[in-house]
Parts: sequence; structure tokens; C-alpha cells
Amino acid sequence: MSCCVPSAELALDLTSTTSVLPSSQEIRLASRSLGDDLRQTDLSVPTVHCAACIQAIETALGKLDQVEGARVNLSTKRVAVRWRGNEVPPFVAVLGRLGYEAHLFDLEVGDKDKTLSALIRAVAVSGFAAGNIMLLSVSVWSGAEGATRDLFHWVSALIAIPALTFAGGIFFRSAWNALRHGRMNMDVPIAVGVSLAYAMSLYETINNGDHAYFDASVSLLFFLLIGRTLDHVMRERARTAVKGLSQLAARGAMVLRGDGSRDYLPVGEIQPGMQLLIAAGERIPVDGRIIRGASDLDCSLASGESTPKNVAPGEAVQAGVLNLTGPLTIEATAAAKDSFLAEMVRLMEAAEGGQAHYRRIADRVSALYAPVVHLTALATFLGWMAATGDWHRAITIAIAVLIITCPCALGLAVPIVQVVAARRLFENGIMVKDGSAMERLATVDIAVFDKTGTLTLGQPRLVNASSIDPAMLAVAADLAAHSRHPFSKAIAGFATRGGQHKFRAVTEHPGFGIEATDAGNTWRLGRRGRAGWKARTGGEGKHGYGGTVLTKNGMIVASFAFEDALRADAGSVMAQLNDAGVSVEMLSGDTADVCGDVARILAIDRFVPALLPSGKVERIEVLTKAGHKVLMVGDGLNDTPALGAAHVSIAPATAADIGRNAADFVFLRESLSAVPLALDVSRKAGRLIRQNIAIAIIYNAVAVPIAIFGNVTPLIAAVAMSASSLLVIGNGLRLQGFRLAELTRASSATHSGIHPSARSS
Amino acid sequence: MTILVYLMPVALFLGALGLTGFLWALKSGQYEDLDGAAERILRDDKPER
Repeated sequence: MSCCVPSAELALDLTSTTSVLPSSQEIRLASRSLGDDLRQTDLSVPTVHCAACIQAIETALGKLDQVEGARVNLSTKRVAVRWRGNEVPPFVAVLGRLGYEAHLFDLEVGDKDKTLSALIRAVAVSGFAAGNIMLLSVSVWSGAEGATRDLFHWVSALIAIPALTFAGGIFFRSAWNALRHGRMNMDVPIAVGVSLAYAMSLYETINNGDHAYFDASVSLLFFLLIGRTLDHVMRERARTAVKGLSQLAARGAMVLRGDGSRDYLPVGEIQPGMQLLIAAGERIPVDGRIIRGASDLDCSLASGESTPKNVAPGEAVQAGVLNLTGPLTIEATAAAKDSFLAEMVRLMEAAEGGQAHYRRIADRVSALYAPVVHLTALATFLGWMAATGDWHRAITIAIAVLIITCPCALGLAVPIVQVVAARRLFENGIMVKDGSAMERLATVDIAVFDKTGTLTLGQPRLVNASSIDPAMLAVAADLAAHSRHPFSKAIAGFATRGGQHKFRAVTEHPGFGIEATDAGNTWRLGRRGRAGWKARTGGEGKHGYGGTVLTKNGMIVASFAFEDALRADAGSVMAQLNDAGVSVEMLSGDTADVCGDVARILAIDRFVPALLPSGKVERIEVLTKAGHKVLMVGDGLNDTPALGAAHVSIAPATAADIGRNAADFVFLRESLSAVPLALDVSRKAGRLIRQNIAIAIIYNAVAVPIAIFGNVTPLIAAVAMSASSLLVIGNGLRLQGFRLAELTRASSATHSGIHPSARSS
Repeated sequence: MTILVYLMPVALFLGALGLTGFLWALKSGQYEDLDGAAERILRDDKPER
């Protein structure tokens, strides 16, 4: 009974097929102790939306035994549940019954966004100071003289001290850091300008001078801090949204001890040689070998193979694959730090891509800007010294040059555009990690796509539903509802309302299928041609690769064909990218047949099948060496190193955890049109940034000569700086007004698919 | 101009009062869930506990 329609602002239309309810041991492991037997668990509940949701969740959870209280945070869409006792209250199940899907959420203790509070505090302090100093300055400009003016200057100097130390500290630290490492950033001229302005004004005040620039130095800090805070809020919002997605890696596993006892251990404590119990629906935490049990494994996240793999004792399994149908006992062959997953992380770190070498536009500009400004100020000082010999006057004018060129507009030129662009993307369900990602995306000329889970959904879809007897389809759907196998889920989607068939004794035979009896008939839904599932006659051969059939007392009555559904608009997205001057390539770990089919449907000319994770990285490195800027779009564990190697990377929300963390952009909706949209917005943002920088430079070209000739008063400085800042902000906001290609929602008409090759095992 | 001796401290004091009020609100977590606070006001009754 989710009370309301998900809002347009952020609809998390994620299919829940990959998520599995966290076990109570897992919840316990993720909870944190508040002392005194009290524990707190943080859950991310993406669909919380209104007052009724808050009410429903808080009362339902509050009614549970052992639960002390639950508090919904609507802004971050999280629920914090405080509970006591050893038994974990079933809050995920309760939320599920209410219609809210909940994911466990790791809260970094103590790291409760200190940067944001520091920034907001700095904005508050500098805003207070700027407001009061400006009031005093206005009185000075309107004619306060003599002792009154000196008093006003002294008060301003006092108010400016906390603003400079507290709010200015952010810039001073950053500037010092840059200088110490021999770099230059925008904060260096800011820090120099602000502190010199304050020092000179203080000197003037002491000597009863008539020009003091306290207002300029403090309001400069105020403006810049606003830009910086907005930037931070935007990024934080994206980060929170990404972190709130369901975690796809196992946090721990049930370990079977030699004496038969069972322990739930965190992944980090699992040693090679331990025996692990993996229930159906759980992910395998570490590399291992199967000892007992048979099941189907979904390897799509790990290797990119789209068809579930049938496994039996003795076979090796990789960390990260999903156990679909039957319980397994595996023996760990590697600790978590040596497992496939960790290996991918290492490969990713080794494949340090364009990100590391990329220098932000703002930093590149300031590397040119700061020396020019500082040299101009020096030249002004020398010039006035030579002309008049009055060192006080020369210094005053030189500092006025520094103040007027202090990059107020320049400091806002880049962040303000990126904040607006990030907001634009956020509204369309695309999360941006930071501003540099947009700058990098604007330059790409090759887009490399993974296949399974990126171009396709990684979930099979029933294609021949119309040619199956509806009665048989209903039977199959009712049977299929009892299984987690992706094929079963696809069939179960065709269930009729009410479900006429009441089966008794439904059993799932892992790796084979489902069996049930009903009024003396034995129905089986599963793969054709396995021992004991021999079907003698019937629809055989009618459908080419009917791996999956429904039998009634051993006779095939229906066979089912599946395809891996393509993401909505995948075809048109390829065309849009080509139009935007980006060529497309596909790299996949899947077989050549399947890749060929997808490539044909999507009209992709270049593709490389059957690639290992390192193969993808190599391909990207080859492209990079050839001078291309590569965009990588991928979701699997096997794509993660490639995501790291590329110039910029995009992952869908259904991607593996480390992939999501490695990618620069994460899109939450199903449609692949997020990719051209992000590209479009990034390019427009890049254009606006260049315009803004041009505006800031033109402003300087006009203002600097005035300053050099000694005509700048504090009033002129204040007006000029505010005006240029407003101009830059106004230009940045134009991005909101651009008519962007609206995200076309998934329409079934564009759903075309490809056929998975006949099951291999 | 002696009036300034009273007025300026008063103005600064009021400003500082606002600033401390804001910082206190920030610290006591009143800005943690702005959307939630907007919705919670619409709830009819307090939950029993």
C-alpha cells in the first residue's frame, strides 16, 4: 500500500529481480551498537514519499517487539531503526508488506558529512559578517567622515576577523596545499587577494585613511562559499542516492564448522578451506569449489554471460555470482582479499585512466590567471613607485588591482554551471560524482558499451507467449512463481489473476526445474532432455532451441523461448551517439553468437566478444593510445577495471557495487537514453563554462585599467565584483532553460531482443 | 552621533543572535530532514509512544 505515485523528480524505477532480502545475520552485521544493548540499523527506502509513508512506516516498525523507535528521514529516504536484543526484528519483511522495498545501508560512523556542516557554518558566519560590514560601508560611502568613519572601519575590522579565520580558512588551507605541492589553483589568488585586502585596510584604518576594503574581502568569501556549498550539496545528493541502492555483494556468509555448528562471519574473516552454506538467492562471497548441491548460477554480473549456468559438485565458482535455485555448500578456495572481486579492484586501480591525469578547467585557467594577475599588480606597484615615489600610494593602488581582479566571477564561473547541470541530470535520474566528470564527458569521441546488463537488461523475456496455449501458459506461470530462476520469473509474469491451479507438493529440482502434482497429473516445468525429465513426444522441434518446456505426465505440452531483452531505446541511443559524433563499440564477455545478434540489431559495426576483464582494459588502452577519449558504459564486475581505465565512465544502477562506485555517472532508470542525455548536458555545460570564463576575462579587461590608473574606490570595487558575479550566475542558469531531449520512457514497441544461445551445459 | 554608541552594539548583538540561533539549529539536527519536516506537520495525531 505504497500511498502515492512516485514523484517525477526521482523515480527509482528499478526492477527488484536482483535484490534479495538481507538475512537477519546480515542485518545484525551491518547494524551498529549504540551501547547498552541498543543497536541501530539504517535502511535505505527509496520509495518513501509523503507524510502517510512516514506515518505508516514509523507506526508499523514501532509496533514490533524489541524496536525502540524508528525515524524516517524523507530527504535522504532512509529509516533509522533502533532495537535491542539478540533477535533481529523482521523490519525488512514488515516494510516489504507495506509495499516499501528496503536495502541495508552502511552508515560510515562519525563521517556524517562534516564537510557540509563546516561549509554551511562558514557560509553563515561570512554572510553575517558581509551583511554587517556592508551596512557600515554604505554609511561610509554616503558620507560618514572623521571619527565616525574610523569607528565604522574599526568595527568592520573586528567583524571581519572571525569571517576570515573561520570561513577564509577553507580557502587558505586549499591554497596552501596547492602551493606546497607546486600546483596552482583558484584558491591561491583568492587567498592572496583576501588577505592582502584585509592587511591594507587594517593599515588604512590605523592611519585614519578613507578607503578600507573590508566589505570586498568578506563579501568575496561569502559569494565563493555559496558556490562551493551548492556544489558540495549536489555531489552529496548524488552520492547518497547511489549509496542507497541495494548492495549486491555479500556482507558475510554462513560458515559450517567441522563440529556441525554454524556461524555467520563477515566476508573479511572467511579463510580458505572453510565450508560455506549458500542459500538460493544469495551471492557467493568468495571464490570456492562446490562440495554439495546443484543449482543454477547467474554469472551475468561477474562474467557477462547472459544465460544462467548449471553447476554440480566439483565445479569452481567465482565470488559475486548469484545462486539462483538450490542451496549449495562450497569450500572457500581464497580469502576475500584474494577473490575475483578483489582482483577486479586491483586491476581497476592498476588501470589508472584519464581521471587521474585530467586537470579541471578551473585549475588550468587559474594556472594562467594567477601569475598574470600577480605580475600586473607588481608592475602597477613598480610603475607608481617610478612615477611618484610615493610608496604608500603605490601599494594602495597595487592592492586595489589585486582586489578588483580577485577571481570572484571566475571562482563561480565553473561551479555554478556544473551545479545547474548536475541538477538537470539528477531530475532525469542520472547521478554525477563530480564536476570534472562532466568536463571529461564533454570531450569523448568513442563510447564503449558492455553487453549483458548494459545494452541488454540481463534478464530473459518470454518471446513466444502468443503461440503458447493460454491454459498451459497459466499453468506454467503458476508453477514458475515458485522459483527464482530468471526463466521462471519471466514466465511467472504471465500469471492470470486468481491462479486457478492449486498445486500440491511443489518441489524445485535445482538445475532441472519445478515439479508439482495436481489432481493426479504430474506437471514439470524445466529444461528439456535431462535424465528423468525425458519427454517422448509433443512440441519437440517446433521451436528451435526450446530449452525450457512444460510437461504433463511426461508429455511436452508447451515449450518456451527466451531472449535477453534489450534496454529500452538502445537502438535509437546508438543512432543519437553517432549523430553526436561519438562512435560506438561493444566489448563483451559473452559468446560471439550472442554478441553478433545484439550488434546486428543495434547496428554496431565494431564488437569484440569473449573478452576477459583485462582484455577490455587493453582494448580501451589501445583506443586511448590512438588519441581517442573513451567513454565506458558497463555494469558487471568484469567491467570495473575498464570503467577505471576509461576517460570517463557510466554505470546503470543495477551494476555491481564496485562498478557503481568506480563510475563517474550512475543512471537510475531503465532507459539507456541517459547516456546521450548526459553527453548533451555535459557539452552544453562545457560551452557555458567557456562563456562564463570569457565574461570574467572581459570584465577584468575593463576593470583592470581603471584600477591601474588608481581610480578604484571601495564602492566601485563592490559594485563591479557583484555585477560580474551576477552576470556569471545568470549565464549559468540559462542551462535550466535549454530544451533538452526529454527522456523518452520505455515503450514496449522498442523492445526488441536477441536470443540467447542454446543452454550450454 | 552618540546614538551610534547604543545603536551599533544593538545591531551587532541582534545579528549575532540570529547567527547563533542558526548555528544552534544546524547543530541540533533541524536541517537533517527538511522534506520530512514539511510533511510531518500534516500528520493529524502524534503516535502513541
